Amino acid sequence: MMDLSISIWIPLIPLFMFLLIGLFGHRFKPLVSGVMGTIGLGVVAILSYTIAYQYFFVQGKVDGVYHKIIAFNTVWLNLTDKLHIDLGVLLDPIAAMMLVVVSTVSFMVHLYSIGYMHGEKGFHRFFAFLSLFSFSMLGLVLATNIFQMYIFWELVGVSSFLLIGFYYTKPSAVAASKKAFIVTRFADLGFLIGILILSFITGTFDFITLTDTSGEAIRQGATIGFLGMSVMTWAMLLIFMGGAGKSAMFPLHIWLPDAMEGPTPVSALIHAATMVVAGVYLVARMFPVFHTSAPHALEIIAWIGGFTSLFAAVIACTQLDIKRVLAFSTLSQIGYMMLALGVSGYGGEEGLGFMASNFHLFTHAMFKALLFLGAGAVIHAVHSNVMNEMGGLRKYLPITHITFLIACLTIAGVPPFSGFWSKDEILVAAFHFNKILFAVEYAVAGLTAFYMFRLYFTVFWGKDDRHYHHTPHESPLTMTIPLMLLAVASIFAGFIPFTELVTSDGAAFEPHIDYMIAVPSVLIGIVGIIVAMVMYRKENGMPEKMANNLKYLYKWSFNKFYIDEVYMFITKKIIFNYISRPVAWFDRHIIDGTMNGIAGVTNLVSFEIRGFQSGQLQKYAFVFVTSALALVLAFIYLWTN
Amino acid sequence: MDFLSLFVIVPFLTVVGIVFCKDFKQVRLTAAIGMTIQLGLAVALIFMYLAERKAGNMAEMLFMADYVWFPSLNIRYAIGVDGISVAMIGLTAVVVITGILASWEVQHLSREFFISLILLATGVFGFFITIDLFSMFLFYELAVIPMYLLIGLWGTGPKEYSAMKLTLMLMGGSALLLVGIFGLYFNSNPDGGQLTFHILEISKVHIDPMAQRFFFPFTFVGFGVLGAMFPLHTWSPDGHSSAPTAVSMLHAGVLMKLGGYGCFRVAIFLMPDAAHELGWIFLILTTISVVYGAFGAIQQKDLKYINAYSSVSHCGLVLFAILMMNKTSMNGAILQMISHGLMTALFFALIGMIYGRTHTRLINEMGGLMKIIPFLGVVYVIAGLASLGLPGLSGFVAEMTIFIGSFQHTDTFHRVCTIVATSSIVITAVYILRVVGILLMGPIKNKEFENLGDAKWFERLSLGTLVVVIASIGLAPLWLSNMINDSLVPIIEKLTMNL
Repeated sequence: MMDLSISIWIPLIPLFMFLLIGLFGHRFKPLVSGVMGTIGLGVVAILSYTIAYQYFFVQGKVDGVYHKIIAFNTVWLNLTDKLHIDLGVLLDPIAAMMLVVVSTVSFMVHLYSIGYMHGEKGFHRFFAFLSLFSFSMLGLVLATNIFQMYIFWELVGVSSFLLIGFYYTKPSAVAASKKAFIVTRFADLGFLIGILILSFITGTFDFITLTDTSGEAIRQGATIGFLGMSVMTWAMLLIFMGGAGKSAMFPLHIWLPDAMEGPTPVSALIHAATMVVAGVYLVARMFPVFHTSAPHALEIIAWIGGFTSLFAAVIACTQLDIKRVLAFSTLSQIGYMMLALGVSGYGGEEGLGFMASNFHLFTHAMFKALLFLGAGAVIHAVHSNVMNEMGGLRKYLPITHITFLIACLTIAGVPPFSGFWSKDEILVAAFHFNKILFAVEYAVAGLTAFYMFRLYFTVFWGKDDRHYHHTPHESPLTMTIPLMLLAVASIFAGFIPFTELVTSDGAAFEPHIDYMIAVPSVLIGIVGIIVAMVMYRKENGMPEKMANNLKYLYKWSFNKFYIDEVYMFITKKIIFNYISRPVAWFDRHIIDGTMNGIAGVTNLVSFEIRGFQSGQLQKYAFVFVTSALALVLAFIYLWTN
Repeated sequence: MDFLSLFVIVPFLTVVGIVFCKDFKQVRLTAAIGMTIQLGLAVALIFMYLAERKAGNMAEMLFMADYVWFPSLNIRYAIGVDGISVAMIGLTAVVVITGILASWEVQHLSREFFISLILLATGVFGFFITIDLFSMFLFYELAVIPMYLLIGLWGTGPKEYSAMKLTLMLMGGSALLLVGIFGLYFNSNPDGGQLTFHILEISKVHIDPMAQRFFFPFTFVGFGVLGAMFPLHTWSPDGHSSAPTAVSMLHAGVLMKLGGYGCFRVAIFLMPDAAHELGWIFLILTTISVVYGAFGAIQQKDLKYINAYSSVSHCGLVLFAILMMNKTSMNGAILQMISHGLMTALFFALIGMIYGRTHTRLINEMGGLMKIIPFLGVVYVIAGLASLGLPGLSGFVAEMTIFIGSFQHTDTFHRVCTIVATSSIVITAVYILRVVGILLMGPIKNKEFENLGDAKWFERLSLGTLVVVIASIGLAPLWLSNMINDSLVPIIEKLTMNL
């Protein structure tokens, strides 16, 4: 038996790397910083695999059920008699799975960045921030209590902010980083209020106490009503709001496409594989609470997830920036995961959706990281993000081409690649919950295949004889090795027996393949691929014709349904012009005006009455005598009456 | 010779030393040495305090001493500290020494400048060690009066106007305060006999509720003016924007804390019945402060105005939390005072250093400074992140303690106010990121600024000290929070006794 408390080093190593590279990085050669960060993450990855192995196959299972292990815990801050914030390490199936995801992708991205960021200004800063992010994300994953999660939640938010704004002299990057931070911060306000309500009701932050399905805490508050729903439903919805912000669910999704201003490895790590699934992880973590005391919240999550997946898929079909297509695809896939959680029951096969969601989270992390890193290799080669300026790249970038194709097949749900297995389970879970949601997801599967292959064909086929300024060339090994490794993971991840490892109640159940659902879902994927092939395999007039036929839909989709404009209206017009400016004016003119007014009146009065203190003796004598006379007269008058 | 009096004697000796200095180099060196000793004393005090507590000394106040200096009215120089005053003394010592370092190159009338600055500090230290209302009031006045000179003589912009406004408003506050203090004095012994200004002695007495109701508003508003409570906060933007760097640092960093500390130690602690009864009025005002200050900061163009409004919001949170009157929220209030003191000192130091280079404080005249002065830029970002409550820095600890504590209040009204106040975390993010975006990021806007030099050694030392303290409180807050908590126990007992 291995001592699991060494898992505390998993977040601490990146923290140490952050401090080391951040404080002293500028004294080393740039490459040293990169290599140090990468080695650090390599160690973290090995540790994570060891811990995950120990948990899943040696120590985690008691009587056939996985249970939660507190590997380390310390009190960080005492609040009330009951409430205290702890920092620690909680191991359970989803935490162990996320450890593998985060450390794998992070390590790949570190390695890749050594090549991709080569020669960039601020190379060491980049690696310092990557380490900071890895620290925060690992701390989030291992959180023992909801407040620890909130702490690291904020930290990943700020790492994301710093990395999106990495090119800080570029105004668009600055705006994007600001937008990402403020939108997620707004969502976090919901999260915070949710935590306040939850802790008020249950008197604890601790995950084990909260999610204990036979315990006391989970049943509190379900009976107190507030505006038509139970208080618990409100609390959980607010907590979900935090998750929706980080996971960019509609209508809080607007920051994610803009976040693509960051360097591409960052998009792969933060905005595809790890941070954006934090919302899914949060809901999965709190799942027993949702299921037991806030089922309405869960249903809302299902619908939001379903809607987001459709909405984003439609937008992805028309975007021209290669990274934005991928960003909307990420939105759509996270929508899938949310939906799967929303439709899930608890325990055994009932919990199919829960399992499917985590399964998809895992496979998605691999193939989406691969897609982004592949896109990075393409951008690196042609120095552009715009699809229309690419074409025929398969000849120049053979490794990137093959790995990208694998990733596209995986996301399109073609068996036996991993995406097929996980997506299929989600469809089954949706089918048993609600037929409309199932239909939506089914359509999204077709759209996904279409837009991914639209991207694939345009970039790697399409205009074959395109002339480039510099002949594009394949990336260095530090970039292609991660591509190949992730491609292997994308192919084989589907064979991991998730029904045995990651389930809602920790107990294994038997997987079934429902051919009534699997076969049509593969078919619609293939239809999507064929349509894309016909339209984009060779340059032809079809896409344009199509766009003209679907004029309004195309225009709305291309403009992302004008959601950004709505937000701009609210923030710029309402908050800035109708709240903040009047407040500033009110403060200067009314409040301060009153103060100055008081001073002014005092001044004025003293000016008026200063004549009394003129210093002239005659005047004093005159006033004295007349006043005395007046008093005497007054007394006599009063006396006689 | 008692230990606590050293906190008044050392600054006094430093002032005497400065008088005998020959040139400005000697002056600043003397000031720095004196205040470094003071910082050492403060650190020693923290350790001594913790050691006493560990040894089991559970007296309400430690290191007490008591000298009668005006027998007929029983006015005494009575001193003593608990965990809260120890924490505040620590804060003051840090801010004062960093303020001295930030004014390392003040050459204009440097002797008078440093003398006034240290006199101000003496007042603040004295305020925190005394437990006699009258001496407390005297020290408070001692802190406010040099402020007028410092702003009026070494300030910038419409300095006479600002100095006058600030001093008059604070004096107005003192007048109210004086009424409150005498009210307490004349009710301090309902059975007849010796009246007293001594806080601990008054706290043992149950003051007539009618008198409490009458004098509580005077005291709370009197201190509240200093704590920038809405709508009596307007001295703060003007005063800060005209004040020289070190004065802004000291003023926002520690002097405004006298307001919060006084509201807590005098108004609420000594008049709990009235606080329970009338607290809701001030709770509304402070909730407004929190949100209103934040909104006010969004549109400002002058760096100092932004920070002044942000202080209104953050200090509003201090009074807000005090009025919640439970242990956790009050603990949060003290933490917020310390955290805000450090953060705002850092901000004002940075603004002063940036202004010293660019000679403008208008953000739209600057841009892309991160590339030119990376050290100052990075520290500005850290200060901003601390201000918007990033975990790992002190602001988060304080705000979360306040929010969680306040939300434990059994009354729905208080919880609703808490939710309103939490919204400030978003608005704060908006204005902080706006400034960081315009000031530091983007392309270099003004070509003249391309050759500005980055921070010098004394500036680095000053900023570095503040950042280290902010981060260490943010990373390991438990000891500080526990130290404050222990001292809150008797106070909370008193507050809940008559309910």
